[in-house]
Order: sequence, then C-alpha cells, then structure tokens
Amino acid sequence: MSHAILMESGANDIDFMIHGLIPVNFFGHEVWITTSHVCILIVVLLMLALGIAGNIKMRHATEVPGGFQNILELLVEKLEGIVYGTMGRVAAPKFANYILTIFIFIFLSNISGLFGLRPPTADYGTTLALGLITFSLIHITQFKNLPLKQIWKDMCSPLPPWLPIWFPINLISEIAVPISLSLRLFANVLSGTVMMALVYGLLSKLAIIWPAALHLYFDLFSGAIQTYVFCMLTMTYISQNYETE
Amino acid sequence: MNISGHDLIMACSAIGAGLAVIAGIGPGIGQGIAAGHGAAAVGRNPGAKGDIMSTMLLGQAVAETTGLYGLLIAMLLLFVQPLG
Repeated sequence: MSHAILMESGANDIDFMIHGLIPVNFFGHEVWITTSHVCILIVVLLMLALGIAGNIKMRHATEVPGGFQNILELLVEKLEGIVYGTMGRVAAPKFANYILTIFIFIFLSNISGLFGLRPPTADYGTTLALGLITFSLIHITQFKNLPLKQIWKDMCSPLPPWLPIWFPINLISEIAVPISLSLRLFANVLSGTVMMALVYGLLSKLAIIWPAALHLYFDLFSGAIQTYVFCMLTMTYISQNYETE
Repeated sequence: MNISGHDLIMACSAIGAGLAVIAGIGPGIGQGIAAGHGAAAVGRNPGAKGDIMSTMLLGQAVAETTGLYGLLIAMLLLFVQPLG
C-alpha cells in the first residue's frame, strides 16, 4: 500500500485506509482478509441476530404489540409502504424482501462508523457488488417481462428501430447504471469516513464531544439518505421493466 | 534544493487534486436550486411537505454524484497515486 502525502508530512494519526489482516492463498494469488471483511461479518451477524430474535418474537406475537414487536412492525410496515408506493402492486411482492434486506444491510453498514468500525460501504468492493446485483436484477426482469422487440425498440429509443445509430449510446447508459450507483454510495460514505479521520487525527486533543454533531451528519443523516437513494433507484430501475397498469 | 521526478509528480498530483474538487461548485448550485424550489413548493402547498422533502432529498442526493466524482478523483490522486 502506498504512502499517503498527509501521512508523510508528519500527521501519523490519520488512518482511514483498509488494512489487510490475514493473507490467503487464492489460486496462486495472495489476497488479504481485510478490515472490510471483518466489518461486513459483524454487520451480517448483527442482521442475523436481529432476524432470529424477530422470528422468535413474532412466533409469540401478541394482539397489542409490546416494545420489540412494535419496532419490528413499524420497520416492516414503513419499508413495505415505500416499496409498494414505488414499484406498484405487481412487482412489489417479488422484491419487497430483497429491498428490505439491502436497506437494512446498507443502513447498518453506513452507521457502523458510529461504533468505531470502518464502514464496509467505504470499500468499493462492497458497493460494486451491490451495484452489480441491481444491474443483474434489472436485466433479468427486463428479459423476463418484456418481449425482445420491445427491448430492441427501447435500446434504439429516440430513433426508429430499423436505424440503430443510437444503440451504442443507450448501451453505455445501461452500463453506467451500476457504476454510478456504486460510486455514489462509495464516495459518500468514504467522504464521511475521511472527514472523521481528519478531525480525529489532526485535532486529536481538541476533538472532544463536539465531533458528535459531525457523526450525526456524516454517519446518520448522510448514511440514511444514501441508503434511501440506493434502494429508491434500484426499485425505480427494476419497476421500469414491468407493465404499468 | 533538489527536486526529484517523484517529488514533482507528487506536487502536481496535489495541485490536480485541488483542481478536481472544484467540481463541487456544480452540485452546490444544483442543490441550492433544488432546495429553493422545495421551499417555494412547501410555501404554496404546506400539506405536501413530506412528499416534497423526500423528492427534494432524492434529487439532491442524485445531483451530488458529479461532485463526488470530483472528490473521488482527488482521493485517487492523493492516496492511490496512480502516476507516482
């Protein structure tokens, strides 16, 4: 890993890089288990624990919901409302589970900076994977639901279908979707991580209590907005491929 | 003072990073316009405040992307150092 300019200029406390922990031999290449993997594991275990606890709780669900059941019902109802409002009645039941899952995953990842972890979404590997999943979903639903003639017509969109001059440009705009989705999430979370590392690294003596306000903005607000944007765009792109009724 | 080729590249990378974050001007203007129109819309129709807020925030977050690309270029120049 190359040295940073800031690190060479004497500020040794600034640290927002991904660190390798354990080298692994992967078909002759040396790859590393990094801090991102560990943070993803923590987030996933937290999600699993939440899921199992919720499952056990909802088995003995009461008519008048108590504390934990109330929170679960609120969460599921709100998120399902968003999914149904965006995708319509036909597509929403198929994707509600997936959208809810990535919503909780990205949100927990984004706010994990609050708990001293390096957010896994500040690693381009994570967000690119999420973007590629969205990309595959878009095109699987496209080929499943629309006739080939319609897809070809859409790809040559401003010009008639027998004149595919516009086809390469539309192809590029299709490929740009996962890249822009993943880079948006990555750069947002990374900028927050870097800002917090700069505050804590350069103002180490002065950074008492007031960075909480910065955490509130960079981790909670920005993280929640970006989660919402990612899920919203995923839903919009997927529901484009369903017939509007 | 001796300036080696590597030092020169580092200095120019720092200048380039500074130039790259000028990209932040565009999203700033765009988000300001979006927020202004959002405020005007709430003034006309205070009942639709929730819808207006969520639409505005979504639009602003999407508009922010170009600025973030600039930031990303700056970060790459400073910390990954593709040229050095």
